[in-house]
Amino acid sequence: MSGPRDITFTLNGRPAAATVKPGETLVDVLTNQFDLTGARESCAQGLCGCCTVLVDGDAVSGCLYMAWFADGAEINTIEGLADGNTLHPIQEAFLEAGAFQCGFCTPGFILMTKKLLEAHPDPDDDVIRHFLVGNLCRCAAYPEIVAAVKLAARRLRDAG
Amino acid sequence: MTVDDPAHNISQSIPRLEGRQKVTGRAEYVHHLRLPGMLYGKIFRSTVPHGRILSVDVSEAAAVPGVFRVVTIDDIREVLPDPYYGPAFHDQPVLADGKVRFAGEPVAVVLAKDPRVAAQAVALITAEYDELPSVDNEVEAMTSDIHVHDELKPAASFPDLNHLKGQSGTNVALGYKLRHGDVEAGFAAADHIFEHTLTTQPVMHTPMEPFVSVADVRDDHMTLHTASQGPSFVRIEIARLLGWPENRVRVKVPFLGGGFGGKLYIKLEALVTALSLLVRQPVKIALSMEEQFFMVTRHPCTFNIKSGVTKDGKIIARACEVIWNGGAYADIGPRVTQKAGFTAAGPYDIDNVSIDSYAVYTNRPPAGALRGFGAPQIAWAYECHTDMIAREMGIDQVDFRRKNLLRNGRPQASGTLIRDAALDAVLDRAAERLGWSLPFDPGGGRIKRGRGLAVAIKGITAPTTSVAIVNLYGDGSCGLYIGTVDMGQGSDTVMAQIAAEVLNLDASKIRVMHTDTDVTPYDMGTLGSRSTFHMGTAVRLAAEEARDKIEALRVELDEPAGSNIPLSELLRRKYGMQAGNIIGTGSFIPEYEKPDPDTGQSRAATPFWGVGAAGAEVEVDTETGQFEVTRLISVVDVGTAINPKLVEAQISGAAIMQLGFTTTEEMLFQDGQLLNGSLADYKIPNMLDVPRDFRNEFVESRQQDGPFGAKGAGEISTMALSPAVGNAVADAIGTYLLDMPITPEAVYRALHPADGDA
Ligand code: FES
Ligand code: FES
Repeated sequence: MSGPRDITFTLNGRPAAATVKPGETLVDVLTNQFDLTGARESCAQGLCGCCTVLVDGDAVSGCLYMAWFADGAEINTIEGLADGNTLHPIQEAFLEAGAFQCGFCTPGFILMTKKLLEAHPDPDDDVIRHFLVGNLCRCAAYPEIVAAVKLAARRLRDAG
Repeated sequence: MTVDDPAHNISQSIPRLEGRQKVTGRAEYVHHLRLPGMLYGKIFRSTVPHGRILSVDVSEAAAVPGVFRVVTIDDIREVLPDPYYGPAFHDQPVLADGKVRFAGEPVAVVLAKDPRVAAQAVALITAEYDELPSVDNEVEAMTSDIHVHDELKPAASFPDLNHLKGQSGTNVALGYKLRHGDVEAGFAAADHIFEHTLTTQPVMHTPMEPFVSVADVRDDHMTLHTASQGPSFVRIEIARLLGWPENRVRVKVPFLGGGFGGKLYIKLEALVTALSLLVRQPVKIALSMEEQFFMVTRHPCTFNIKSGVTKDGKIIARACEVIWNGGAYADIGPRVTQKAGFTAAGPYDIDNVSIDSYAVYTNRPPAGALRGFGAPQIAWAYECHTDMIAREMGIDQVDFRRKNLLRNGRPQASGTLIRDAALDAVLDRAAERLGWSLPFDPGGGRIKRGRGLAVAIKGITAPTTSVAIVNLYGDGSCGLYIGTVDMGQGSDTVMAQIAAEVLNLDASKIRVMHTDTDVTPYDMGTLGSRSTFHMGTAVRLAAEEARDKIEALRVELDEPAGSNIPLSELLRRKYGMQAGNIIGTGSFIPEYEKPDPDTGQSRAATPFWGVGAAGAEVEVDTETGQFEVTRLISVVDVGTAINPKLVEAQISGAAIMQLGFTTTEEMLFQDGQLLNGSLADYKIPNMLDVPRDFRNEFVESRQQDGPFGAKGAGEISTMALSPAVGNAVADAIGTYLLDMPITPEAVYRALHPADGDA
């Protein structure tokens, strides 16, 4: 097999470069080389969404996504969502709705909500539940998350 | 202002203090911790459920480039001569010692700088075992001549287990007994006798942040960074293992990515400590989701329950025998056995009760605490049983429960009086929300509908201590030093509210220190719905002491009583600059009387009563057995809700978790091997599993001696939920299921018994 490989990509709007080993995942690289803690490995099987990262605008499971696939891609993580100290409206909505307990799943849910609202600016309960079914929250803040998504949708629509 | 004066912090849904860190992904978890020079450990596990270890060959693994060292129990012994730990029994070795007792038990550890290298090397280790017959089922284990342990090794910290020391030839780690009245005379006097045996299945906590600990042992002190709900216990137990004084062991806990009772006592802490001591470098072990299933589980139990009832529907006798499958190591199983055993007869006023509750060893992964300390398992049995009695006698299930319910002022079976327990209120509310008195559409044809409810009670682990420190700094800002671990339940916020209320501050401005045993005082643990009551009281006392000291300072500075000069100004006047502290401490242990070992009788067996009810509606497809819980109501007595929104989230989260334990979650074993240890095969609830009509409420109530009238709530909605669902399914299909979980397959089999196993 091949050895380590150099890749370049855009990370939260800034150019980034990394040397990645075969088998290293995107979440490994973000955690170990960029000290980003928002995407985190839990199930490591693509089943829980705790490791969600946006790659060229698509939500991927960072635990399964080979880091070298990120070569040339635009990577966005929860760390890039807020504008400086100003939280993104989805983050605000999660705060206000109390849409988490331990917070371990929260970055994944927030990024998935971003995708959801891009596709469905005015989602009903059914759409929300189906769209977010791949994200697991063992604290089961699900009802509060649904409320947060609706709140965020309203805010984003109002902001036009 | 008096303490009980409602000011501006209590009963307010103040947002979580740490919320911002959690939505930005920057909250600190041990999961992310990396220390300079740190090695990663990966575990090689037993493949047999019971066997003597003949040999472990680590040579190939040790030769892998990048592997620092491979460690077995022989290496551990170099640094820990007696490498056994456990809260109730010192029965668990840091790594398997001569024998393995469950498939999945840690046998060796590979250490490497790169966790992938360590994982690859683990795959090269081989072990040979002399396989022994194994025992899997708790009922068999009671009498089996297969013994999981050669002798019992009770820990000194549980004086009530001392008599078990050195016992051999048994799997029974503890027998708990309660006797109230004369149960045989009660049965003799009864008009009807009902008897059932119900079971619950093994399940697992599956916190999204899997178990993780990092140890950094230096020459004369050590630091453990660990995802633990009980840092004070960890310090005491690690100090004992090392033979060090407590002040040389520092345990630090940031946020936890979920705990649910799993991250209690010693989990990975002893292993990483031994490894770091051995290699003189920091060592981290982070389990995978799959490995978590080998760490700790929830006790399955088999419960035989028998009741004697008069013809007018009064329960006059109840005998309970509960056998708990504790797995290979006792962990906190003996406490589960006692604490759940003690309320095994349910929330009913019964003159004659006998309870026998047994913790038994089997060749399964160890079982420990999980959101309820056994209370949900026993409630499954006593509330289905109670429902069956009412139905067979033709009495309305709510009326039957009301007729028999314990009321404030009456003694529970242990002799401890019921007080501040809103049993009627929670039952009435659940019935009302379910529209119990209204006509119900039972469906027709293929789809049948049913509804059910249940009410349950639990005692709280006792006696336990909490200590708190309130520290006001030179500028008047406030730090709160507590050992309660915020694992998502919102304790930081609630404790800040209590301190703020006493000190007349704004709760959101208080900083709550994360547990660091070098800095934060003792707390028995974040468990068993105890924090709001115990730590909440300690925080109240600490804040009151600080408030008294501020008053004393005012007097010293000749300020008139009640003057509103801020503290910062007072301190500036006293010290001539921004300096000094006001420190208040508070320590709380509730009243407790040790139960009589033969009768379980005690005047103060629990500091408060956990009380909850649930109601459910289901729709069953009678052809396939598929069913849906269409409506789920949980009602909890929380005393005063200090933070209504947070407590509602606890009720809701615990209910959804329990719905998983009721309908989809089950660790499946075959020949002692776990078959489904991954989220792919072990199904925890997702968003679509939340019932359409899902309500979580608390009733108006007050715990007289709780902080501002509050009591604990984190576990309470787990208790009545399963039997409520089970009773609803029975209402729909006409048959009670006795074994958890309630699956479509089980429903199908109940509906089509003739189809058999073919
Ligand atoms: S950790 Fe990637 S999906 Fe669970
Ligand atoms: S908030 Fe704990 S897992 Fe979702």
